[in-house]
Amino acid sequence: MHVPDGFLDAPTSAATGVLAAGTVALALRKAREELDERTAPLAGLTAAFVFAVQMMNFPVGAGTSGHLMGGALTAVLVGPWTAVLCMTVVLLVQAVLFADGGLTALGTNVTLMGLVAVGVGYGLFRLLVAVLPRNRTGFLTAAGVGAFASVPVAALTFVLLFAAGGVADIPVGTVAATMGGIHVLIGLGEAAITVVVLGAVLAARPDLVHGAAHLRSADALLRRPEAVLPR
Amino acid sequence: MTDAPVNRRGRTTGFLLVGLLVALLVAGVGSYYASSSPDGLEWSAEEEGFLDTAEDSAAADSPLADYAVSGVDDGRLSGGLAGVIGVVVTLVLAGGITLLVRRRSGSPADDTADERADAGTPPSPRS
Repeated sequence: MHVPDGFLDAPTSAATGVLAAGTVALALRKAREELDERTAPLAGLTAAFVFAVQMMNFPVGAGTSGHLMGGALTAVLVGPWTAVLCMTVVLLVQAVLFADGGLTALGTNVTLMGLVAVGVGYGLFRLLVAVLPRNRTGFLTAAGVGAFASVPVAALTFVLLFAAGGVADIPVGTVAATMGGIHVLIGLGEAAITVVVLGAVLAARPDLVHGAAHLRSADALLRRPEAVLPR
Repeated sequence: MTDAPVNRRGRTTGFLLVGLLVALLVAGVGSYYASSSPDGLEWSAEEEGFLDTAEDSAAADSPLADYAVSGVDDGRLSGGLAGVIGVVVTLVLAGGITLLVRRRSGSPADDTADERADAGTPPSPRS
């Protein structure tokens, strides 16, 4: 969902640019809380991984494709503020080197995929983790639902921007229906990839997963009695 | 549960290298098999009739534009090479930023936190 140059007028592009720049500046300070010697390298790798998987467009029928956005995945793996930085780097590299997403639309794309997708995906994840069982299934369900929802919400946020500053004069209702509908399907792919990747990382190195801290403490509580039993 | 810190660090490096290998394979090899149909936004823009308002990016003349290396004719090689370059550039940029931003393990508080994490005890509330 990389917005090209030209879809949105200059004021709207500038406004999203200011919003994106402000949030990235804030994230540069907040991410410090999330990053230490062990997790900083994982954050770099996560950005590279998201770049790679974004190249893998999957068919969603009707001659359309979608690809992972990765906002929810990144936020759960390395923390939401770090995710803002990771997604911004991915979008910057794509726009500057690969001409994927416009240059004047960079702020818009960071807003949609770096702020909205990360915020919605991680917010919903946190909400669900609090009410679902504190185990692997509950964790993956929360992440999957967050990832799923992040895609249509980001798509509808584009429609809001389009309503405010779309260059073409087209009824917003029909744009919303088209964009929302197709991105619900793409969201299913987003959820599937997010759950598979998080499941793999959780199996290999649960201690590196930012959003799984509650599982580690639950684990420790469960394991403690076992440790004193004779083998 | 009681891995020596050094051992744990070695395992982390191994884990990161496996992750990097997966990313390189996806971008360098797998991307050739990706769907080339228009994505959700492009398709919607076409359906709704505003695709023609899109303008060429100022970066459209980049030697890597559209995930192909200019001058490399073989599509598989060109796209794969572009993917690998993208993964490496993203890794260096994002890794550099996060390494600059991270908390250094110089201060006593951070050392304690790292030791606790290494010993497998519940992390402090900050994480």
